Amino acid sequence: MDYFLELFVGGLTRGSIYALIALGYTMVYGIIQLINFAHGEIYMIGAFTALIVSSVLAMYGMEGISVLIISTVLAVMYSAAYGFTVEKIAYKPLRQAPRLSPLISAIGMSIFLQNYVLLAQTSDFLPFPSLIPEIDLPERYQHIIGSSELVIVSVTALVMIGLTIFIKFTKIGKAMRATAQDRSMAMLLGVNVNRVISNTFILGSALAAIGGVLIASHVGRINFYIGFIAGIKAFTTAVLGGIGSIPGAVLGGLVLGWTESFATGYISSDYEDVFSFVLLVVILIFKPTGLLGKTLVQKV
Amino acid sequence: MKKRLFVFSLPVLFLSLFLTPIFSGNALAQDTIKLGIAGPHSGDLASYGIPSIKAAELVVKEINAKGGVLGKQVELLVEDDVCKPELATNTATKLVSKGVHVVLGHVCSGATKAALGIYKDAKVIAMSPSATNPALTQAGEFPNFYRTIAADDEQAKLEVHFAINKLKAKNIAVIHDKGDYGKGLAEYAKKFVEEGKQANVVLFEGITPGAVDYSAIVQKIKQSKADTVIYGGYHPEASSIIMLMRKKKMKTNFVSADGVKDDTFIKVAGKSAEGVYATGPKDVSKNPMAITYNEAHKKAHGADPGAFFLNAVAATQALLNAIQKAGSTDAAAVAKVLQGQDVDTPLGKIKFDKKGDAIGVGFSVYQVKKGVFVELK
Repeated sequence: MDYFLELFVGGLTRGSIYALIALGYTMVYGIIQLINFAHGEIYMIGAFTALIVSSVLAMYGMEGISVLIISTVLAVMYSAAYGFTVEKIAYKPLRQAPRLSPLISAIGMSIFLQNYVLLAQTSDFLPFPSLIPEIDLPERYQHIIGSSELVIVSVTALVMIGLTIFIKFTKIGKAMRATAQDRSMAMLLGVNVNRVISNTFILGSALAAIGGVLIASHVGRINFYIGFIAGIKAFTTAVLGGIGSIPGAVLGGLVLGWTESFATGYISSDYEDVFSFVLLVVILIFKPTGLLGKTLVQKV
Repeated sequence: MKKRLFVFSLPVLFLSLFLTPIFSGNALAQDTIKLGIAGPHSGDLASYGIPSIKAAELVVKEINAKGGVLGKQVELLVEDDVCKPELATNTATKLVSKGVHVVLGHVCSGATKAALGIYKDAKVIAMSPSATNPALTQAGEFPNFYRTIAADDEQAKLEVHFAINKLKAKNIAVIHDKGDYGKGLAEYAKKFVEEGKQANVVLFEGITPGAVDYSAIVQKIKQSKADTVIYGGYHPEASSIIMLMRKKKMKTNFVSADGVKDDTFIKVAGKSAEGVYATGPKDVSKNPMAITYNEAHKKAHGADPGAFFLNAVAATQALLNAIQKAGSTDAAAVAKVLQGQDVDTPLGKIKFDKKGDAIGVGFSVYQVKKGVFVELK
């Protein structure tokens, strides 16, 4: 039973991270039907920013929870700025172009950002300090869940709740939903569509940065390439849950995280990816729009 | 059309005129010991082959200055194989047709394998400074082949031996990264553990390199009650796994190979790296002969020697020493000396076993102590 719980918690943690990154994909897709391949790189930049900030703070002798908070806040701001800029440079000029063009420029942006970090920083793996303080839980539960898992899962849960409230009850959230439903209609009714799109990118990038800081601190190492694999997994998550759907991203993340964790634990880690993609294929056969995706009415 | 052909053939004719004296010059110099040097001297992998030429040049210069071997001067015949098996057969044929007595080479395992058949038929002994494919010696297909580097499976053998005899391991988890290097190593380790019958392989699994998180496999290692993990792969994944293991307060021993014996591993894993074991090439930097040759190379070429330099020095010395002691270049007589008598080389005193592997060359176990890899004697 303990073994099951350990795998359950491992899958939950992994799924939460996937969900945090997938939210950015899903929100952008929901609004402008673009798969933002540079999103994984924003996650990586978030992790790098946190590493730099925390090293500087450590030099001044700061430690504990304040380092975690300050570096997360700065990573969020920095990544959000990157998300905003990427949208302005690479996607906005292509707003009216055929759908393939922004897709290609997204891939280009992803390659550019990876290589930029590679050249500006290093190609080596860097140690990432464990910013989440180690709190020893009672002996009975220690081996099942550690403090970093606890923090990751609860932060993800809080972010989800906050995001739902934001989208449901604020004015910007309402504008986002309106733009997602019908961009030209929203524009005609006086919604500043460009600003809404910018906001979406900023929000998605901020969430990716939170994910970046948490996972890097949990795993303990980063390099310029971590965004690629995380991006692929998050994209799978978004598709699995139904791209464009926010609860779908969360559900997709958890399903993927648990599948991987249990497949490794009970069958074999050799086939970890095989199981997750078989699951993806099976779900898409029976529910082509993903778990919680709605069938889009074809826009004319 | 005919005219054009003629125009083309003219420069060829001129070239061949220039080339003729060189070839005939070689043929005239009958009374030398001919040492062939084959390996990649151009192309991507040239950096693996060129140090062998430099090594042979240094050794031969020294020996020739002392009067040569069996009273004859040693002559080098250098041929490029670009590490390609299909070219290596040509290289070997060329060397044999020039009357080579012994060959230093080839460098890459694939090229070596392709060339060995030709040397075998011509009764020429070949000694590689770098071909590590285990089958080359162990299959018994090429009795004329020797090498001054340990085979790939030596590390696995050492890891298993160390885990069972020194760490008293009973239950071993073998984990690898599914790559050629890591999986190969892990499969050998599994085989040796099972053959030894002193311990059990309780887990044998591959992980996905670069994955977001390895907690599931770490839980599985814990569940398997393994007392020792043998890991085949490179340091990025190893550091993640060891950090998670220590975070979960697991005291399991962690044994790996030269893919992990890298300073980045210690830098990344930090405190968790303490006590990790890794095998790696024996440290010969304190061997006086190694120091002499490294200095000589620096003096002659103004740079540190490249890959397999000392292995090539050792191979050249072993070959020429064997000819000298045998009193002839006859393959059977030379082989007898190679297998029977120790020779002093920068890698220490070496001789060869029946299959052609050098005894006394190989790997040591290192352990991380206070942030550095320390060789365990």
